Parts: sequence; structure tokens; C-alpha cells
Amino acid sequence: MSIHVRSISKSFGSFQALDDVSLDVAAGTLLALLGPSGSGKTTLLRIIAGLEFPDAGSIEEDGEDITERHARQREVGFVFQHYALFRHMSVFENVAFGLRVRKVPSAEVTTRVEELLRLVRLEGLGGRKPSQLSGGQRQRVALARALAIRPKILLLDEPFGALDAKVRVELRQWLRRLHDEIGMTSVFVTHDQEEAFELADEVVVMNHGKIEQQGTPDEVFDRPSTPFVMDFLGNVNVYHGRVENGRAFWHGIPIDYPAYPHAQSREARVYLRPHELEISPPGAVANRLGTSLAASIVRVTRSGPITRVACRPHGSEQELHVDVPTETARGLQITLEPGTHVAITPRNARVFIPGPEYSI
Amino acid sequence: MIALADHSSLAAGSSPPSDAVRRGRLRRRAAVLPGFGASAAITSLVVLALIVFPLTVLVLRAASLGPAGFLAAAWTPRARAAYAVSLGASLIAAVISSLLGLVVAWVLARVRFPGRRLIDALVDVPLALPTAVAGLVYSSLYVKKGWLGQWLVPLGINGAYSYLGIVLVLVFVSLPFAIRVVQPVIESLDRDTEEAARILGASRLQTFLRVVLPGILPAVVTGFALSLARALGEYGSVVFISGNMPFKTEIAPVLIVARLEEFAYAEATTVAVLLLAMSLTLLVVVNTLQQRLARNAQ
Repeated sequence: MSIHVRSISKSFGSFQALDDVSLDVAAGTLLALLGPSGSGKTTLLRIIAGLEFPDAGSIEEDGEDITERHARQREVGFVFQHYALFRHMSVFENVAFGLRVRKVPSAEVTTRVEELLRLVRLEGLGGRKPSQLSGGQRQRVALARALAIRPKILLLDEPFGALDAKVRVELRQWLRRLHDEIGMTSVFVTHDQEEAFELADEVVVMNHGKIEQQGTPDEVFDRPSTPFVMDFLGNVNVYHGRVENGRAFWHGIPIDYPAYPHAQSREARVYLRPHELEISPPGAVANRLGTSLAASIVRVTRSGPITRVACRPHGSEQELHVDVPTETARGLQITLEPGTHVAITPRNARVFIPGPEYSI
Repeated sequence: MIALADHSSLAAGSSPPSDAVRRGRLRRRAAVLPGFGASAAITSLVVLALIVFPLTVLVLRAASLGPAGFLAAAWTPRARAAYAVSLGASLIAAVISSLLGLVVAWVLARVRFPGRRLIDALVDVPLALPTAVAGLVYSSLYVKKGWLGQWLVPLGINGAYSYLGIVLVLVFVSLPFAIRVVQPVIESLDRDTEEAARILGASRLQTFLRVVLPGILPAVVTGFALSLARALGEYGSVVFISGNMPFKTEIAPVLIVARLEEFAYAEATTVAVLLLAMSLTLLVVVNTLQQRLARNAQ
């Protein structure tokens, strides 16, 4: 089942949660709505579910307008952030709820619930109360309950937000496999980019009630289309500079920016990702962008497989962060320690001209 | 200084704790909440001095009559009728209060409307108002020439000097309990579960009956128990509205006072003891039910 969101706006009082948002979700896709809190991602999910109604715009499922349809008639599965299990019911009855209110015959309910409990690997726990389960188990009960009514779409609101790190990683790999098995169109909300990128076929980055970018994880990561996406996707070195004649300059290193061919110089920002910078012994290194930059190391911290190096380009006050795989760092001809002189070579850099709407 | 003492007691923890250290720990805990010993002593003392002791005196007084004398004094036809009125009217009032209380609590907890705070404050008024005043006001409203009575009495509805009048004032005095016990529970309900039920296809009624009600039912039953207890003990308002007709609208507490006025102390005491026993039994039954529901709702 495909979903088409057309020009949806929604305000809560004076707060504009969604501002003219359009989104297409192809049938069978697992899509992530990624963004900081207050970006409108949960509101969008709730509108798709029929729990909120848009002030303007429409929603279609397989070409059928369902904007006015209430949650009860939409046949969607919804998994709440804090599970929202029925505390007074057993696990079995929780999963059976959607079938019971549909007056499905009891024998059929039993078969279906047992099948689902097997699917979410909770067979034998049907008699327990939710309070007797761990967080990960509760989440799987919530999922089984949502799937029981054979929904056409599965919606998940921060599905792993309340779980500890290890369970979270396991559960999301499991959810990915489950999605591949049943192939249902699914949308989940997250503020964790790692989660979005690992799990989703498609990522939609949202900010201030608007969609900043939609694409596959690779597209979004490799070609962030706005400064916000660039910033949101992780640590990044930002430099204020100017652009003219299709080029921006970063410490004298020219960076192509064909989108601005004008001669009149204009303010621009240069973004460099820490892992797209190379560190080498001092001395000029030829590279795609021309030259390298002389700098001295200020600080070195190791976090597992990545060694983070903070250095200061000569003649600059602003620190530059470089991530080096620890393996590579060991193989360098120089020791990475404060005071060492190094050459920094950017493999990649992006230039954005700040628009009026952009703010962090 | 306190922090230092804490450190020393923690450091000593590896060796067997000396008495001084143990006392130190007790003292440290006592600074946050009263220690177990002290609070147990205070609790026992309060319960003994304020509840158990007076009741024991009451029972002993009644017991001095002997079994036959007790029965003769406490089980007269007039007393039996009074028990029936007391228990019956209280049960009816408690049921009405619980149902009304649930509705009012729901609205106060869930609906935002102008004047909500005022109404929220008014709910507590019956607790503060001398109940005799309530009884007087109610009876003046419902008598034949009263503001409401002039319309209701011709219809055959006698709100004053009648059984109905007793139920009316008992609802008045017990309603705050039914509301105040349920309201915070409704406020703390997980709204997501209601949305979950709706998405799963439940109607509003199904959502309320299957998802919401099981969560608040223990509180409703607690509210019922408190309302019942309040109604059983009520005297001041009933005495002004019921007309106190023996065999018809005389409640047990009024009978007790009537006997006292006749200087029939022994009989007054026996009626009180029997009323107490019946009330206690009822409350134990309701509390057991409440606990069973609460366990189920976990």
C-alpha cells in the first residue's frame, strides 16, 4: 500500500508543527522520519495514522483519499513510543484486542495470536501481564498487537527510544528482517540517525515542520542537500567564508561551487566532515582539491576504532576536528600527540550559501 | 559534617559494622523519614488511642448486658427498621455518589472549560459545611412550599421528611469522597492506550469499557467504600430532613440519640455496637473487592 501526503499543514495554537509537507511512500518501503524534537515528525506520523487531522492538505492510500477517515477505519498498525499496552490484560489478550473488538471467532483469535507470538518470539509468554516483561519484550508485544489486525501500513513512533543500547540494536535488526519477510509499507519516527540509516530503505529528514531532504540513506548521507541535514547527520567542521566565480576558499584551498558562478562575492559556509579529512606528515600533498593545510595537533582522544584529533590550522584560531581510523593512525609515520605538526588534506568539502530560513 | 560521618560509616562497611555505625545509619535514615521504630510506635498509638480504645469501651459497655439482654435491647422491631433504613439508604447513596463521582471526576480531569477551577473547589464544600446546614437547606427546598417542592410535591416526589430526602443528603455528604478518589487516577491514565484501542478498531464505548474502566474501577470501588462509610456515620443532615419517623425514616444514629434522650444508655450502646459490626462487615467486603480489582489492574 502506497501513501501520498499532499501539502499538509498543521498548527497547535501558535506552533506550526507541519508546514506544507508532501511525501510519497512507495508500497513495501521502510521509511524513516528523522529529525530533532519539535521537527514535526511525530505529528506527521499521527496524521498518517488518523490520530490527528491536518488543517490543510490531504492523504491518499493507493490513490484513495483517506484524509477524513478516523484512525479506527484506516487499518493501520501503530506502535507507540511507550508501548501503550493494556496493563490489566495478559499478553495474549493485548495481542487479541483488535480481533476481539472485530468479533473474530474465538478459535481463529487463538490461532492468529499464537502465530503472532511466535513471530515476535514470545511463544509461551501469552499468560503474562505486561508488567512481568522486559522493555524489549513489551515492545514486541506492542508490535504483535499492531500486526494482529493485518494492517495495510505499519507506523512506529520512536520504537526503540525507551530501550537500552544493546536491546535497541538487536531489536532493530530483527525489525528489518521482519519487514523483509512481510514486506508491509512501514514508517517509523526517530531522532537517531544511526537507527534511521541502518533500518530504513528511505530517509526523510525533517526540521521546523518541513522536509529538508528525502532519499536513500546513501543519498542523504553522501549528498546532503541542505546545511541542516549536513549538521544533523553528525559532527561537522563549519567555516564561514565567501564564494565567487564558482569557487569558495577554505584556508586558501579552492573548493568548486558551480551553483554560484557570479563574480560578486557572497557569504558562504564550508562544511568538512571529520572523517573526510586526512592527516599526514607535514609537507604539501597533492589532491583533488589542490593542496593540503599545515596544522598542529591540539588534542587527541580515542573512542574505540576511531581516533579523534583536534588540530589548529596555522594562522587560524578555529579548531578543526579530524577522525582517523585507529588502525590508520597506528600506521602513520608520525605520532599523534599534542604539538605535532601535520598536514590536513580534505577529501571532500561542501559549500552552502546560508538562506534566510536556515538556522540551527 | 554529616557528609563526613557518612563517609566514615561507609568506609567501615568492609569490616563487621559496629553498633555505633549501625546507629549512625539509623540516625542518617531518620533524617529523611521517621525511622521504622518511631513511625510504628506513632501509628499504633494513634490507632489505639483514637479508634480501638473508644470502640473497646463501647463494646464492653454493651457486653455487660449479657447475650440475652443484648439481643433484647438491640434487636427490637424499631431498631431493626432503623438498621434497614441506615444500610439501605447508605448503599443507595454510595452507588449514586460513585456513578456521579465518576462522571464529575472525568470531566474535571479531562475537559478544559471556563470555571473549571471554581467547580473543582466547590466539590470540597460538603466536607467543610456543617452537615446540619445541608439538612436544613435541603428540607426547606423540598417541603411543599419550598422552591423545588412546590413543583415536585404535586408530582408525588417528596424530597423532605422521606426516605428520598435521606438519600439526597447522604449523596451530598459522600460525593466529595467519590470524586476525589477517582479524579487523580483518571488524570494519571495513559492516554496512549485509548488511542491504541481506537486504532485497533474499538468503538468509544468498547474503549471505555475494556481499556479505561478496568484501570479506574479499583478507585471507583474505593470511592464507593469511603462514600458508604461516610453515609453510614452521617447524623447531622439526616436528622433535619428525614422527619425521623420510627419504622419509616428513622436511621440508626438517630435512634441511638433518641434512646440517649430517654436515658436508655444500655439500649443506645447495643444499637451502636450492632451498627458498628454491620458497617465493618460491609467495609471489609468492599475493601476485599477493591483489592482484587486493583491486583487485576496491575
